[in-house]
Amino acid sequence: MMERNNLNDTFKIDEMKNLTRIIALLAVTGAIVAVNGCKPKGPQEAVVGNAAAKVYVAPGKYDEFYNIVSGGFNGQMSIYGIPSGRLLRIVPVFSQFAESGYGFSEETKPMLNTSHGFVPWDDLHHIALSVTNGEHDGRWAFGNGNNTPRVARVSLKTFKTEEILELPNSGGNHSSPFITENSEYIVAGTRFSVPVGDNRDVPISSYKQNFKGTISFIKIDPASGRMNIGFQLKTPGVDFDLSRAGKGPSHGWFFFSCYNTEQAYTLLEVNATQKDKDFIMAVNWKKAEEYIAQGKGEKVKAKYAHNVLDEKTHTATSEMMTEVLQLDPTVLKDIIYFIPCPKSPHGCDTDPSGEYIVASGKLAALIPVFSFSKIQKAIADKDFEGEFAGIPVIKYESALHGEVKKPGLGPLHTEFDNEGNAYTSFFVSSEIVKWNVKSLEVLDRVPTYYSIGHLSVPGGPTRKPHGKYVIAYNKITKDRYLPTGPELTQSAQLYDISGDKMQLLLDFPTTGEPHYAEAIPASLVMPNSVKIFKIEDNNHPYAAKGEKEAKVVRKGNEVHVSMTAIRSHLVPDNIEGIKLGDVVYFHVTNLEQDWDVPHGFAIKGAANAEILIMPGETQTLKWIPDEVGVSPFYCTDFCSALHQEMQGYARVSAAGSNTPLKFSTGVIAEEAKSSPK
Amino acid sequence: MKYLFLLGVVVLAFACAPKKPKGPVEEYPEQPATKSAVEEVIANPTKGIGAVKNVTLKTPLEAGRVERGQAIYDMKCGACHKLTDQRLVGPGWKDVTKRRQPEWIMNMVTNVDVMLDKDPEAQKLFELCLVRMPNQNISIGDARDILEFMRKNDGEK
Repeated sequence: MMERNNLNDTFKIDEMKNLTRIIALLAVTGAIVAVNGCKPKGPQEAVVGNAAAKVYVAPGKYDEFYNIVSGGFNGQMSIYGIPSGRLLRIVPVFSQFAESGYGFSEETKPMLNTSHGFVPWDDLHHIALSVTNGEHDGRWAFGNGNNTPRVARVSLKTFKTEEILELPNSGGNHSSPFITENSEYIVAGTRFSVPVGDNRDVPISSYKQNFKGTISFIKIDPASGRMNIGFQLKTPGVDFDLSRAGKGPSHGWFFFSCYNTEQAYTLLEVNATQKDKDFIMAVNWKKAEEYIAQGKGEKVKAKYAHNVLDEKTHTATSEMMTEVLQLDPTVLKDIIYFIPCPKSPHGCDTDPSGEYIVASGKLAALIPVFSFSKIQKAIADKDFEGEFAGIPVIKYESALHGEVKKPGLGPLHTEFDNEGNAYTSFFVSSEIVKWNVKSLEVLDRVPTYYSIGHLSVPGGPTRKPHGKYVIAYNKITKDRYLPTGPELTQSAQLYDISGDKMQLLLDFPTTGEPHYAEAIPASLVMPNSVKIFKIEDNNHPYAAKGEKEAKVVRKGNEVHVSMTAIRSHLVPDNIEGIKLGDVVYFHVTNLEQDWDVPHGFAIKGAANAEILIMPGETQTLKWIPDEVGVSPFYCTDFCSALHQEMQGYARVSAAGSNTPLKFSTGVIAEEAKSSPK
Repeated sequence: MKYLFLLGVVVLAFACAPKKPKGPVEEYPEQPATKSAVEEVIANPTKGIGAVKNVTLKTPLEAGRVERGQAIYDMKCGACHKLTDQRLVGPGWKDVTKRRQPEWIMNMVTNVDVMLDKDPEAQKLFELCLVRMPNQNISIGDARDILEFMRKNDGEK
């Protein structure tokens, strides 16, 4: 380091260095521009005008929308603020989450129970927010588990997973959890058809004969949100991809995209892309309800788990269900119809009016838009081109409103604004295309960076979209952020759609792999947000509601510690009399009744996680000590100036030793003849 | 350099006295924290700030209140306040009803965030204890019961 006696000299040197850097940078930029000359123009040109001001949410101010985003392979939901793109919370749903102890604590383990036992991971693809009269009501967010078929319900009051329902007779739950306009049902369509029932050990090559699809209609209790399978439709063996409920005039119907109508079972890349057209499947679920009312459903044996969190005991329970009500639409006519659709359709989206169904053939060079009223007329007139596996197939032209010609490459999903326009994502050509639903005219297109999958307009799937923005969830992120090795974060992009031209405003990184997401005005969620759990209402069997109730009880080789946490101590903080071979349960109750004051608990050697306990809540960490000695435990969430003092010791003695069981806090050795309370 | 130093001092001066964000206060609309609240302290230094303006104490003690107050103490207060004069996280409760006006006690219990931010007596205790007394979500009725239990603890009959 040179001495800085002469400030001017130092500045000159710095200036020269900077100048050199700038020149070098310009040269490099020039080179990059030259190399990339024929690629699409970069984002620098895409972002114009007052983009920064439009996404800037000043410190202390709130975002206008909650963006509830699926986490894909991380099995979680993440909550972002829009327009800032700030990550507000990660809600663990189908995956254990060591940060909070979800799936590790004794209270939450039952949430991840299935007919296969404890399955601590799933692939959460799509979000459905609860609706009333086709509009967001801000009560629940549903998510699907794609791999071990499940649907979860998350409370938008607590942002906790409150319920998970497994789906029997399903090969993978992709076409899910789309919702009817009064949250009567959410659906779960199997992605993979599989052999179901008693005859399951069959040659794979017997697909056409033995493989079936199922669509489950999950009934939602309007008061509690509790789910149960209302009925299950058995369908021909195909792959179900995505779906949407009808709304308004089409309420009572549901639409599903199907691919692999070739019924291939190997190298689907080739063998399931043979036909020019696959299907949209239209389901008349009101008709299905009529058949059930007439007693025409068949109860079949099935094994699936139903897991529910009790908000008073802060504890989940898992019940194994044993049967499901099935309907066979090849026997019970008028429930389902197929509509031919080019080619390997993916997204299947109904517009806010409920009249138009947009199907995105991901390998097609056009977007067909079907008309609900034409579908109804075709059904009434029996305007069919034939049958597929016993199900009538409506003539393509008879159901068609029209086609969007040459919109782009690889259309996937469509969302809507409040002015009759549609926004379709194009994976292959990396763009969002805006078009008019009635006129089918392309109005605008913007590039995405890169390979967009799903997209979301606030309120986009409802009868009254909130509009304003479209958010792109991109699959490829290369060159958008500082590199972090081979793996890059997935990237979302925010566009202003309030004008005629879409305007790119912001990139923001996301966690996991977002598939579908919904955005909802903060005003519908924020006022109901729970700040604390009332300790008076805590019915956890091991809760210590006050330090007087703190205790340690031995039951055989189980040791149950009912512990309290408050700034800045734990009661008890000295525990003796635990022996090797014991299983210790720390039931920790947070006595605080103040917002944003969780306490944490961790003990050395615990082979699971920490637990985070919200104000007024009780959570349990299981600990099996594996050595004689004294193990420290402490609060893991910095809670006060004396947080570091919030600690304690558990003494573990040899098996068979006669160390008496005792516990205390604040007792100094000379006085420690007995416990203080 | 001199100016830089001066700037540093100015920044430090501000850094030491951060303004409390208004957010948390606005979360409790039933307990308005207005400018007049500060004036109220000056006008009436002993009753504290909050919804509780006048409390009528009865003799003998109301047994039902004492019992309920003790139950709330055990659940929500006892972790930090002993019934003796020993300070734990917060001050011991012995003789608190002799040191404070009943209104001040109830406002402290029900309007703790505003009291810690604006009431000089509450702030003295905060400086002593260095842990913000938590808002334990106690209603005014509950606070009245707690007060009755405090009176019993202080030997009133």
